[in-house]
This record gives sequence, structure tokens and C-alpha cells, in this order.
Amino acid sequence: MTSDVMTLTASAPWLEVDALIDDPGTRIVVCCGAGGVGKTTTAAALGVRAAERGRKVVVLTIDPARRLAQSMGISELDNVPRQVKGVDEAAGGELHAMMLDMKRTFDEIVEGHADAERARAILENPFYQSLSAGFAGTQEYMAMEKLGQLRAGDAWDLIVVDTPPSRSALDFLDAPKRLGSFLDGKFIRVLMAPAKVGGRAGMKFLNVGMSMMTGTLSKLMGGQLLRDVQTFVAAMDTMFGGFRTRADATYRLLQAPGTAFLVVAAPERDALREAAYFVERLAAEQMPLAGLVLNRVHGSGADQLSAERALAAAEALTESCADRPAEEPGPATGGAADGGAVDASPDGDPNSPPYGAGSPPAENLGPDGIVDLAAGKTGSRTPGGPSPAAAAEHTASPSTSAAHLAAGLLRLHAERMQVLARERRTRDRFTALHPEVPVAEVAALPGDVHDLAGLRAIGDRLALRPGEADG
Amino acid sequence: MSRLHVVSGKGGTGKTTVAAALALALATEGRRTLLVEVEGRQGIAQLFETEALPYEERKIAVAPGGGEVHALAIDAERALLDYLQMFYKLGGAGRALKKLGAIDFATTIAPGLRDVLLTGKACEAVRRKDKSGAFVYDAVVMDAPPTGRITRFLNVNDEVAGLAKIGPIHNQAQAVMRVLKSPETAVHLVTLLEEMPVQETADGIAELRAAGIPVGGVVINMTRPALLDNGDLEVAARGARAGIAKALSQAGLGGARRGGLAERLIDPLLEQAREHAERVELERAQYAELTALGLPTYELGLLPEGVDLAGLYGLARDLRRQGPI
Repeated sequence: MTSDVMTLTASAPWLEVDALIDDPGTRIVVCCGAGGVGKTTTAAALGVRAAERGRKVVVLTIDPARRLAQSMGISELDNVPRQVKGVDEAAGGELHAMMLDMKRTFDEIVEGHADAERARAILENPFYQSLSAGFAGTQEYMAMEKLGQLRAGDAWDLIVVDTPPSRSALDFLDAPKRLGSFLDGKFIRVLMAPAKVGGRAGMKFLNVGMSMMTGTLSKLMGGQLLRDVQTFVAAMDTMFGGFRTRADATYRLLQAPGTAFLVVAAPERDALREAAYFVERLAAEQMPLAGLVLNRVHGSGADQLSAERALAAAEALTESCADRPAEEPGPATGGAADGGAVDASPDGDPNSPPYGAGSPPAENLGPDGIVDLAAGKTGSRTPGGPSPAAAAEHTASPSTSAAHLAAGLLRLHAERMQVLARERRTRDRFTALHPEVPVAEVAALPGDVHDLAGLRAIGDRLALRPGEADG
Repeated sequence: MSRLHVVSGKGGTGKTTVAAALALALATEGRRTLLVEVEGRQGIAQLFETEALPYEERKIAVAPGGGEVHALAIDAERALLDYLQMFYKLGGAGRALKKLGAIDFATTIAPGLRDVLLTGKACEAVRRKDKSGAFVYDAVVMDAPPTGRITRFLNVNDEVAGLAKIGPIHNQAQAVMRVLKSPETAVHLVTLLEEMPVQETADGIAELRAAGIPVGGVVINMTRPALLDNGDLEVAARGARAGIAKALSQAGLGGARRGGLAERLIDPLLEQAREHAERVELERAQYAELTALGLPTYELGLLPEGVDLAGLYGLARDLRRQGPI
């Protein structure tokens, strides 16, 4: 098992983040993935790192957590890129950041494409107001629209964008097309002038359906809503072609060589399942995938000690503590004397066999191995009571308190090793399916990110070659 | 007691799992619940290890004591066609509408319509009665959109009602809204003991309250036991190293003297303990923020091996043990 894991790990190529963001040919990085995997944080951390490595960067965030926005110095929703202070600009780079205001972006398109009077008619239309603020695809469409604007402006070396928290992580690829096809589709023309479409020769059947339909629509929506929609459509008429053209242009931009998609995931089953789905979809759409960013990966400095051995040892220590009164420092007896669970190898011999594969695990791994987990949890209900006789701390022999502490450390380690094993399995499942996808692993931070320093730390971890020690 | 349980939460907090566990928990003692999915992700099917759910209510699990959990993946398009058929007998015209793109328009583009259809179908299930006049389902549990969109999703009926000031859509929206704002409904938020989900939970509750939608409880998911805390670390820092090395060695993990195998374990183990203690402190602070919200809280432990069917039943048991939700 262990050796299989190693082989698979070795076969996943490393995603060299620094090479990607340093390449002047990289102009757009799109971070996508399921909700809650750290997309926005990854985008922000990439932005900070690229700027400090000399690029002129703008980060476009869609719906960031307030704290994260504050960490970059943007406190309110604003549709204009603002310079982020506190970034090291010694290498000649700059960082700007903005949050998408979808209504404002939509309004700007209208204002830019219609004369003042017509624009006002559109902006005041109730259907438009609802569409621009609410509908499920507007955010995705406007995110792509804004991306197109930023790219066209050519004021930036590199645009980093995170994708909206969609129903499905793929919505942002579909929404622009959907809105585009609606806005210059058949249905709109039916709404506009039913007679014109339905009245053509040879379309009698459709004609019946059509008048029935507009009648139905009116019945369903109520005459007033239908009128709002019709007025909106009439006012937008001249802009429809434009919408389609823009949606197509953005789509092509995403396929262009200067664009790199990063699929972000956490090493959990559902997130990686979605990531795999995304990888396949990007390939189908001929979108350039740079690789997978695996966030919050756990490691251990003592990974040579397996969970099973750690648990068995913890169990042995707990038993030996129970066997003697807490006040008594207790002599440094070998575990074997204390009970059957550990008739294990002798104490203190530097030549005793190493942990893991080489050692004979059977003696330490009694049938109690699993039971021990439950014991560990029970013990935890009284969180770690520092109480256990701190008095004995200077004694050379393993006092009861030291034994308690050691048992706690071992249980903690066992938990960590179980997490590690689980993460490895889910990651290997992904790698087995998509061995060609480069992977960057980001070691888990104990806390949340609040500031530029935190983003910088994430960036450092992102760029780390696998196997390199981290801080 | 509420009969429509809407389960939301930040992405990644496990709301689908919690919704499923809740549906199981509410189905004990011969009761019957309906678990509905509105986002087309087939998360429920994956969780119950069955094939993809069709747009059809079907039994997917039995609960201890003879209860039943049924499930339904609501599809907005099918819901609209059903609706047209039911109220207007529009079978054929429905197909014509679909061909034109009108159904697509209504279910994906028209603001709020999609959400009215989804919530409308759930509310219909809540109110449905059998021939004897008893409710068909004792409770309906909805695996709802994430916290960031939940208020808009539930309140969108208000928006539609404002947009369509008369007509059937208007009436339907009003009817749905009456259920959603009544004590029959409770919105539960799932969170982890991390800053961002807790912050979103607090924001979500404020938004729901402002919209007049009843908030139920907060489910703290994936909690982990605190194995060690700062107190233990202090002990370790004050020179218990030698003792720990000896204890490790005594447990059969190698030599205790400098450079010995047991001694070399101490630094990495203490480092892990420091990270753990930092997390425990963070979690305590987040826990305090959640309890300050003044809502009932429920805790579900992390399942180290991920959620399988047995784990799901375990979570349902844990929920039940923590009192009525």
C-alpha cells in the first residue's frame, strides 16, 4: 500500500506556480473549483506573489469573504481596481484589487451602448433592474464581461480572477452563452412581434402554437410583467448583437494561450470529484488547464511513526498510568511489566528496529488497537487537563504526567496520520484518473488568513517544490 | 413545530450531509420525511449510495422504528412543465414553448422564476395531504443553496411578487412566501468552527431575520476532540522533555537518549501539539461567537473516514440525541 502511494505521488507532475506567474506570456489566471476550497484566498495569494515578483497585477474577486477583502485593503464593494498598499514593489510590480459589482457592470454596458435616452429607459425598466441584480447567471456573465474589459484595457501584465460561488462550479462557462443565446434568440423575437415570426408561409402550426403561447405568457406572467419584458427587449434591441459578440469574444479569450486555468480543491472526496469533473470539462472546451492547486494539505514531521503504532503506544502508556497511583512518581519499569498489551521491545535501546514497515507490528498492535481510539476520545472530553501532576516534571523517570502527555501526543499524532492517509487516498484517486495534471500542494495553516502576511505565507507554500521542508 | 427544514451553510461545510442526517433523524418512530435537492448536484444519491435521483419522489432509506425517508431532486424545467400541465393542461404547448427557448428562459434567465418553482415544489410537498386528510410527509428537509445566496433564494418570491404584480405567478409566489415566513419553516445553518464559515453564519442569520424568514438552529459540523491544550504544552515546555522521551521509549518507540528514536520524535510531536492547541483556541473563540447568536446549536463530530451510509445513520442518531431540531 505504502509503496503504491509513493509511485502514484511521483507520477503527478509538479505545478510550478512561480514559472507560471513569472512567464510574461501568462496574462490571465482563472481560479475555479467548488465552494469552500479557498479559491478566493488562492487568487489573492497568487496576486500578492506575482506582484512582489515584479508583475503589474490586478485581482478580480467576485464574492470575497469580508475579512479577506480587508486583508487586501478593500473594504467595500467597488467596481474599480484599487492599489493594494503594503506590497513589496522593489521588483517593479504592483498589486491592484477589485470586487465585482454586477449591477454596476451591467449598467455600464447599457450606458456604453445606447444613447442617453434609451439607456435611461432600460435602466429604469423593472425587468431590467431585477435581471441585472438577481438572475442566476448575471454574476457569471458580468464576471466574464469585466475580465474582457480588464484585458482589453491592457493596463495590466496579469489578471487573476476567481470564479463566482456557483450552483455548479461550471456555471461561469455556460452563463455567458446562455444569456447571449437568450438575448438574441427566437424567444425574444416572439415576445417582440409574434405575428412576424408566426405569420410566415408554411408555419401555420407554429402560428397556432405561437398565439396560444403569447396568450399563455400573458396569462402566466400577468400583462404588466409581459409589457415590462417587451419594453425591455425593445429598448435593448440594438444591443443584442453586441451581447452575443462579447460573449463569444470572452469565450475565445479564455481559450487563448495567455490564459491559464487553475482548478482549486481541498483534499476531500467531494471537492476532488468536482475538480476531476472540471478538468474534463475544460479539456472538452479546449480551455488551457495549468494544473490543480490542492489546498490545506496536512503533513507530519514524524510520518515514519504509523497511526497504529502511535495508538498502541498511547494505549500502553495509559494503562501503565492507570496501574499506579498518580502521586507516586513510579519507577521506570518497562511496559512489559505492566500488562499484556505491551510485551514489546525494550526501552531505550538505540538499536531497536525503526518504525513502520520494518518493525514487527504484531506485538504492539493488539486487538485493543481500535478500542484505543474510543478511549482517546473519552479522555478528550476533559480537554487535556494540564492537571496531571505537573509536580513530577523534573523527575528523570517517566512520571505519570509525562506519560499522560506522551499518550496525548501520540493520540494526536495518530489522528494526524489518519488525516494524512485519507488525504493521500483521495488525491491518488484523482491522480490515477488524471495523471497528466500538474499538482501544487499547499500545506494547511492552523488558522485563517487575515492580512498580506498571511497571503504571502500561502503564496510561499503554493510555490514550494514537493518534498521541500516548509516552515 | 416546523415541518419545512431548510438546510444551508457555506460551501464545504457539509450541508448535504447534515440535511440527509436530519431527514433520517426526523423519520424515526414511523414518521415519513421527504429530502429535496434543488441544485441538481445529485449529492443525495451519492450519499445514500444509489443511482441518480429522477424527478420523482422515491423511498431511499428506512429509519430505525419503521420510518421512511423519501427523496426528490427538483428540476426547475420539469417543475414548470408539471405546473403548466396541472393548471393549464398545456402538455403540447409546453413542448412548443420548450422548442422556442421559453422554458429555458423561464427556468434559467427570468429573475426569480427558477427559485419560485423550486421552493414552490417543496412547499407543495409540505402542504400535501392524503385522502384521510393527514399530511403525506411529516417533515420536508431541503438541501438548499449556500448561505451567501439563501436569503435571496427564499425571499425571491417577494421579488417576483413585486415584479409580477398580478396574475398566477404573483399568486403562486405569495402562497409560497406565506409558508416560508410562517413558523412551519425553519432555516438551519451548517458551519465549521472556522472564522469564515462562522462569519457567514452570523451574516446569514442577520439577513434571514431582516427578511422575516424564521431561523432554526446552527449545526456545528465536523467537530474534532481536543486532545491536548495549552496547559499540556506549558508542562511540556517546562522541561518534561526527558520524561516524555522516557515514556515514549517505555511504550516501545525506541531509545530515549539524545539522538535515540524516541527522543527524535519529540520535536515533531510537540510541533503538532502546538498547531493543535492553536486550533483548539481558535475553535473556542468561534464557538463562543456561535453561542452568542442565541440560537439552539447542535454538534456533529468529524467522521475521519468520510461519510458513508453507516456514518450517516450515526450522525442522525447524534442529532436526535441533542433534542428536537
